Amino acid sequence: MKNARVISIITLTLIAALADSEPTLAKRHKAPPDPESIYAELTKAPAKDIARRNPLESDPEAIPAGDKLFQMHCAECHGEMAEGGKKAPSLLVDEVQKSTPGTLFWLLTNGVVRHGMPVWSKLPESQRWQLVSYLKSLAGPTKPTPDQGHTNH
Amino acid sequence: MQKETFAKMMNDYKMRQSRKYRFLFARLVIILSVIAAHAQESPYIVTYDHYLEEPGNLEVEYFSTFGTQRGGNDFHAFWSEFEYGATAWWTTEFYLDGQSTFNESTLFTGFRWENRFRLLQHEHLINPVLYIEYEQTSGADKILKEVEGHDVESDYATPNSIARQEHDHELEFKLLLSRNFHGWNFAENTLATKNLTGGNPWEFGYAIGASRPLALKASAHHCNFCPENFIAGVEMYGGLGDRNSFGLRDTSHYLAPVVAWNLPNDWTIRLSPGFGLNDNSHQFLLRWGLSREFSRFGEAISHLFGGRQ
Repeated sequence: MKNARVISIITLTLIAALADSEPTLAKRHKAPPDPESIYAELTKAPAKDIARRNPLESDPEAIPAGDKLFQMHCAECHGEMAEGGKKAPSLLVDEVQKSTPGTLFWLLTNGVVRHGMPVWSKLPESQRWQLVSYLKSLAGPTKPTPDQGHTNH
Repeated sequence: MQKETFAKMMNDYKMRQSRKYRFLFARLVIILSVIAAHAQESPYIVTYDHYLEEPGNLEVEYFSTFGTQRGGNDFHAFWSEFEYGATAWWTTEFYLDGQSTFNESTLFTGFRWENRFRLLQHEHLINPVLYIEYEQTSGADKILKEVEGHDVESDYATPNSIARQEHDHELEFKLLLSRNFHGWNFAENTLATKNLTGGNPWEFGYAIGASRPLALKASAHHCNFCPENFIAGVEMYGGLGDRNSFGLRDTSHYLAPVVAWNLPNDWTIRLSPGFGLNDNSHQFLLRWGLSREFSRFGEAISHLFGGRQ
């Protein structure tokens, strides 16, 4: 009897856990998180973080390495071309592209836990700066668009 | 005649059900094979850092511990973990434990169910995570996932036939503290556990760890042996006595180098030889683990049962 109660509690919590992830059983008909509120997180970066410069700015390896890291850790939610997906917004928009490298680094480090973006401080600082280099490169003249196809480096 | 028709209908129904379950199982296998996610796992086996599973991802892990045993038979304990990221601040995990004691028997020894909650939204100097676990194990459980109270080597010398008759229902709380500094991770866990069967006092334990990737920058090409794929470190864990006799004495302590190899094809391999630091500890524990992470598991389950694509 006691075992049945414990198993019932565990089962109900596991169902709740599955239902709480987005998009899943319970939320699949709900709208994805509002991109505006997620972009608004960028404005919360402290001044000293906004002013930080990317130490790998002139490293020619930083962009291809950042591309590799992006495909490994970010593309699953933000899309292979950073165009956005069901779970996370586009990173090609002005709100992101006009942010300073320091702001993007701050956001990567702290995540947006309330909206489902995990903290990425588990990647070493250099790798987070490589990701920032890649993200900033998307705004340049060689900015890829979804119909240009994607090349892995 | 009616009986025959009924039997035929039942038979058809059973066959349809069987086909349905086989179809669902095949779909699940296909889904899992295409939703692998790249992992960046810490090398710790006992210590926890403050990173939770990414939301919607499922990590399936197998761990194994070989232990030497004075006054008894050496053993091989093993456990499986199913770790699911419910949200960016909540991870839930289910364990199944077993062990095989040489010259004795192989047993299923129980299950554990743990939940970890991130307490602060942003990264701070020190990042706290609350850990709550319920476990229902037999006295023969030997996975040594933590050391608590006055756990000593001789506790594990009891033959399986006797130890399996003891049943424990435990609640365990941990405060996980962790920070990253110049590529290093430093983690400290303090645990308090209460056996719900009998009038045992609260027992305490600790685990600390430090680790660092072999390279901090990622290379620009995909590779298996790039140094950034390897994370090495060390962890130390042991008991802190109980409410009546708190302290480092009369319990066991271990020191274990740890290494994790995060493969680009979504697998992580961990290895950790552990050494007992006093006479109450097992002299040697060899642990290893294999894990694979599946992204968007919750979404896949939803699709499996007919959810929108």
